[in-house]
Amino acid sequence: MPMTRRKFITKVLTLTGYTLTLAFSKTGLANWIADDFRRQTIDSTLKQLFPEQTLLETDKINLKLPRIAENGSVVPITITSTIDNADTIYIFSEKNPVPLIAKFSLNPALETFIGARFKMQETCDVIVVLRADKQYYQTRQKVKVTLGGCGG
Amino acid sequence: MSTIKIRSKHLADYTLVRTLIAHPMETGKRKDDDTGELIPAHFIQTMNFYLNQQLMSQCQMGVGVAKNPFFSFHIKATQPGDIISISWTDNLGYSDTAKHIIQ
Amino acid sequence: MTISYRMNATSVAIVFCLFFVSTLIWASPIEDRQQIRAFYQQLFPQLKLADYAQGVYAIDPDAKASWLAIEEFPPYELALEQGEILFKQPFANGSGYADCFANKGIAIAQNYPYWDKQKQQIITLASALNECRQNNHLPPLAYGKGEISYLLAYMAFTSRDQLINTQIPDDSPAALAAYLQGQAYFYQRRGQLNFSCASCHLDNAGKYIRSEILSPALGHTTHWPAYRLNTGEMGTLHRRFMVCNKLIRAPVDPAQSNALRQLEYYLSFMDFGLPLNGPSTRK
Repeated sequence: MPMTRRKFITKVLTLTGYTLTLAFSKTGLANWIADDFRRQTIDSTLKQLFPEQTLLETDKINLKLPRIAENGSVVPITITSTIDNADTIYIFSEKNPVPLIAKFSLNPALETFIGARFKMQETCDVIVVLRADKQYYQTRQKVKVTLGGCGG
Repeated sequence: MSTIKIRSKHLADYTLVRTLIAHPMETGKRKDDDTGELIPAHFIQTMNFYLNQQLMSQCQMGVGVAKNPFFSFHIKATQPGDIISISWTDNLGYSDTAKHIIQ
Repeated sequence: MTISYRMNATSVAIVFCLFFVSTLIWASPIEDRQQIRAFYQQLFPQLKLADYAQGVYAIDPDAKASWLAIEEFPPYELALEQGEILFKQPFANGSGYADCFANKGIAIAQNYPYWDKQKQQIITLASALNECRQNNHLPPLAYGKGEISYLLAYMAFTSRDQLINTQIPDDSPAALAAYLQGQAYFYQRRGQLNFSCASCHLDNAGKYIRSEILSPALGHTTHWPAYRLNTGEMGTLHRRFMVCNKLIRAPVDPAQSNALRQLEYYLSFMDFGLPLNGPSTRK
């Protein structure tokens, strides 16, 4: 039997309500957004995450990364910054199938510091974006990823 | 045994917090060596780091995070007895949480 | 009378020559070790003996930086924790691993492998663990990875900084023979690529093979078991021997086979006095 208009509207409202409840639980945490972690190019990812914003290039974000990744499966990174009031940090690996590695919110009780380990598929830039006072900043650093030898 | 290990070190200007989590972080694109079948994606999506009930950092991550994820943070000021709590949820609905008391 | 006198002198001369020549071509194991160490010292004059325990990280600064970053909270800690739990868990019959080993199994890894005179065999720590299980009516563990590597991780951890103590008993020609077989294996070319262990880890130590630097063989037995970033798992020394043979397209001797135990015995003897530093992380 074809759906009545009433049934359709009820369904849509329920679905919206459900989605909104999921998106913002009572603790106020945002939910994981699949679209952010889509398999797409770095350019598409950045356009999608920061459609309106300019990502100012800065030397005030410091990245500690190996020059050559011993093994692309585990690349250690340390991020620090002298920019005040940073509240969000994003890590991207330019040529990964899913360029967005992770996104961190930062409570002011934390220093602007993140340590993490991530995967790199091939030699490319690691890009870090930082948001502070609604302003976005970025920096990048190349990491070489080699394959072959007897590491097996 | 918990999947989450937490260590803290009280230093002069901050408290270092490190966590190591046992999780396969499968991308879904890897093939099993023996069967040749694709291993399904299985990865942590969200990790929350609390200090005494206050959210310090929420991390949303994808398959790009390394297997057995590691994270570290610097908390500006802590007291002995402060409680660090780390919890994660993955794409298959599994989750775990652990607490650590700062010395 | 004169003839026999001349022959005696000749025989003496011949025996003396043979003796002299044999001392040139047959060095004692200790002399082997000294020669090998002298070779590496001239290759890497900046390294102290204990540095060789770091493996390739002692000679590859880029890799070392990455390794040190990961050592802040190394992934083998997870396996180590499991290993401790497994080691301390009582068997069904009430006994435990601690009852199978000297000093309750704590800080003893440096005494393995050793030559067992009664069994006329090389005993490795991994084989000793399985023997313990067998004596307690438990099935053996696979030798490459998994549970055995967690137990070995715990035992290696309690043995950290102990100095490798592998010796060849003076009164055992069979032990010496085992050492010599291990040495022969090390130098034996094999497989499609016709490499021996020595081809890469002695003759070309410090040089590149494609994109990687080859580690010296000296120090190869100090840091096991190892968490391989490559596999995301703990693996044993014998697993590594097997993978290496596979990579050079040579026949693969199984883990804990006589051939690999002899190789481990030889390498461990070469590493005498080096500090243990397992479990470890390696690429």
